[in-house]
Amino acid sequence: MTLKRTPLFPLYDRYGGKTVPFGGWDMPVQYRDGILQEHIAVRTRVGLFDVSHMGEFEFSGENAESAINRLITNDVTRLQIGQALYSPVCHENGGTVDDVLVYRLAEDHFMVVVNAANIEKDFNHFRACEPNAVIKDRSKELALLALQGPQAVDFLETVADQSVRSIPYYHFLQNVSVFGISCLVSRTGYTGEDGFELYVHHRDAQALMSAILEQKEYPVIPVGLGARDTLRLEARLPLYGHELGDDISPLEAGLSPFVKLDKETFVGRDALLAEREKGVARKLVGFELTERGIARADCDVFFEGERIGFVTSGTFSPTLQKSIGLALIDARFAEVGRTCEIDVRGKRLQAVFVKTPFYRRPKTIS
Amino acid sequence: MSHTPKDLRYTKEHEWIRIQEKTAYIGITDFAQDELGDIVFVELPSVGDEVREGETFGTVESVKTVSDLYSPVTGVVVEVNESLNDNPENVNSKPYELGWMIAVEIKEDPTHLLTAEEYEALTNA
Repeated sequence: MTLKRTPLFPLYDRYGGKTVPFGGWDMPVQYRDGILQEHIAVRTRVGLFDVSHMGEFEFSGENAESAINRLITNDVTRLQIGQALYSPVCHENGGTVDDVLVYRLAEDHFMVVVNAANIEKDFNHFRACEPNAVIKDRSKELALLALQGPQAVDFLETVADQSVRSIPYYHFLQNVSVFGISCLVSRTGYTGEDGFELYVHHRDAQALMSAILEQKEYPVIPVGLGARDTLRLEARLPLYGHELGDDISPLEAGLSPFVKLDKETFVGRDALLAEREKGVARKLVGFELTERGIARADCDVFFEGERIGFVTSGTFSPTLQKSIGLALIDARFAEVGRTCEIDVRGKRLQAVFVKTPFYRRPKTIS
Repeated sequence: MSHTPKDLRYTKEHEWIRIQEKTAYIGITDFAQDELGDIVFVELPSVGDEVREGETFGTVESVKTVSDLYSPVTGVVVEVNESLNDNPENVNSKPYELGWMIAVEIKEDPTHLLTAEEYEALTNA
């Protein structure tokens, strides 16, 4: 299979980018500074990610709102124009098809942002469940740059033609000119820091990335998917294919605030209602290793010799300087403070279940 | 461009070896550390352990991935770079100096080692 490339692919080399296959795409795992420095830059200053591999669908027409509301578990009817929300999308059996962002562009016009590896699956699922909806795949027209970190707002304020400081969290502005390039600027991200995501036409993506990285006022560095993973894991943000999947329900993954079971109807509602009644069989827990090593995805988790689950994601936390991870385990054992063992390549390492998120950004007065 | 000192010998598994009398100092190459990315743990044997040519003697773990270390020689470990417990990043910054890993007392010189030129040809391929 040939790997797909974003419109920013030709620029990676200039910044020392090293690419790896990710969900069918040839994406930079890191640039010249390396994962640890890139991680620290986003926690303390500002970094720029190419996440143009993400997919975008537009729903339009008078039935757009009701169609989306039957497809997602969250409630789109409370979304104002200029506002975005996060939501799982479920199968009838309660398993997760994808997790998405929904933007209300106008009363009857929405953008649904989906994971790169799921673009085709989601499109087929949406079509099958809502055959009358008007859905347009805009993934090949739109690029996406994420500008993340405590200095992102100050920097963007100086290069945008409208004030971005006043955009509340999970809100957005359309037709903002950034370095003279028209963007949809959204105060969202996947790092646990303040920041923005800039949706831009493919043809303008290279000019925008170059302009951001070549200016000298703010120390913006390019950041790869390696640091994106350590950043999102510290903030306990789920990654589809790890914490979520066709056989993992959003309730198991701890996403019940985004599952509105009081909505009249949506795909997966009956199964999720039944699961809530019965109580979830598995729960996602955070752990820290108390021994040296990293427990990565798929390592088995044991309690008193019995297998109780598996690791969904694990890494070395650059902020905490500890080995951390998330595991999907038998709900009966999901208790903060409990110790367990994790099989790491044939060795049982000690771990303890801890509160999550592992990292929460300091509150600032703004 | 990675650095490959001319006075060392190399393996296809990206270890370097410096032989002084009957002691072989072993580490991983600049090319290898660059491929691994930021190293956060190095697991090494203890002094007195025996290592065998072609078998694993430890692991090196970066944020990205974990990789086995293969011994280019057979012998007894006489020295271990304990400083890598606290400063594993030395393997990234100084792979041929501060980032050395173990010293092994050998009875015979190893046979299948590569010269710097041969190793470079391998990594540039």
